Amino acid sequence: MNTTTEIIKVENLKRKFNGFTAVDSISFAVKKGEVFGFLGPNGAGKTTTINMLCTLLRPTSGQAFVACCDVAKEPNRVRKEIGIIFQDPSLDDRLTAEDNLKFHGYLYNMDHRVIEARIKDVLTLVELYDRRKDYVKKFSGGMKRRLEIARGLLHQPKLLFLDEPTLGLDPQTRAHIWEYILKMRQEHNLSIFMTTHYMQEAEVCDRVAIIDHGKIVDLDAPANLKSKYNETTLEGVFLKITGKDIRPQAGESAWTQWMRRT
Amino acid sequence: MGDFWAIYILWLRDLKRYWYDKARIFASLGQPILFLFVLGTALSPSVAAPGGIKFSEFIFPGIISMTVLFTSIFSAISIVWDREFGFLKEVLVAPVSRWSIVIGKALGGSTVAVLQGCLMLLLAPLVGVQLSLLIVIQSIFVMFLIAFAITGLGIVIAARMKEMEGFQMIVNFVIMPIFFLSGALFPMDRLPSWLALLTRIDPLTYGVDMLRGVMLGIHSFSYILNLVVMLGFTFIMFAVAVIEFNLAE
Repeated sequence: MNTTTEIIKVENLKRKFNGFTAVDSISFAVKKGEVFGFLGPNGAGKTTTINMLCTLLRPTSGQAFVACCDVAKEPNRVRKEIGIIFQDPSLDDRLTAEDNLKFHGYLYNMDHRVIEARIKDVLTLVELYDRRKDYVKKFSGGMKRRLEIARGLLHQPKLLFLDEPTLGLDPQTRAHIWEYILKMRQEHNLSIFMTTHYMQEAEVCDRVAIIDHGKIVDLDAPANLKSKYNETTLEGVFLKITGKDIRPQAGESAWTQWMRRT
Repeated sequence: MGDFWAIYILWLRDLKRYWYDKARIFASLGQPILFLFVLGTALSPSVAAPGGIKFSEFIFPGIISMTVLFTSIFSAISIVWDREFGFLKEVLVAPVSRWSIVIGKALGGSTVAVLQGCLMLLLAPLVGVQLSLLIVIQSIFVMFLIAFAITGLGIVIAARMKEMEGFQMIVNFVIMPIFFLSGALFPMDRLPSWLALLTRIDPLTYGVDMLRGVMLGIHSFSYILNLVVMLGFTFIMFAVAVIEFNLAE
């Protein structure tokens, strides 16, 4: 494989949950420094793919490499290189903002003299530095999300996973969050792998993959997709490819049921 | 080195969370205090404790063990809360070995349990139990042995539990039997054989016996047997917990 230009390489990746195939033999690659969007209706397999790439879920078959390391064989080397902003909150609300970040820094074995300075940097970036001593319990949804972004960036990952990073936030917060992320990208040559339901947000991606029923249906730059499908917006392209029917949350519920059983 | 700091920060988190909820520190002393003063005082005239001591003195180490037992199990089961509130993902996706997550959690839970046990220890003068510095140090050691063993058990249970709904079942069918069969509340020397057998299967029996030996000089088994059983049980629990965490996705 090419070790110099690709941050993610996925080959025939498959994941089944008790007979239900959530991700069905997908293959793609993400280049270093790229913002890569993963779009699809509910239950298409987006979160399952992210969970496999960030080592929380083992693939049923196929391979995935992140920063040149096999996610199934060298999970700890992969974990060092990535930052993740999960779809659902994952903060300890009985700790202060600062303590949540300190916890993260120690878990990632950062140099203790560096941690303080980095905490200041990332909290300043997301405009929460003056709230650093507050318990997360007191934070609004938008502030929690900003804190999670700060945490995901703390250990200076090469690759950032964003699973619906702006879900449920007001337009002002969404705009700010994109500002932070793109600023970070510019300053640190960060690669970004994101999923979203907001099609205008997906316009910032260099390339997007459209996934449905566990398979990649198309993959290209937003502009190329728009001209290919003769649509003026990515939303139009999305609806043309995946149809207008409302989806049951098939994949999500299979995943949740499986989590409960095991 | 990374694993050492991971253990440290997991331990520190449990301590900070303990300190955050100061009301719970005192609230959770309510039940053991009821057992100690109401049950202890009420039964003292009618139950003959070995060694000619009062019944309330006799159960004092048992009630401390109970405090340690419940605090340990609650701390370990908080992993299930972490799973429900998403925080466990933050831990599982970090570049740390799974065994250091288990050890860090167990040390945090054990420290909190020993602190609760020490608060109970402060009641010794009210019960009439004489404590020297040496006895206090030995008691803390035994409390820690119990706490570490039980958090190990709690982590094994928590690794299999996906939601808190099942917790009441665990209390009724695991924790209460462990407590009642441990001899925390009764002398072990005049039991019918079926009950004697059950008490000997309960790992906490050996912890309670060791604590009673240290504090009151009364014990049914040798110090060495107690120590070996507690350490053996702890080792098995940790081996199972680490395997479970490595297999879990």
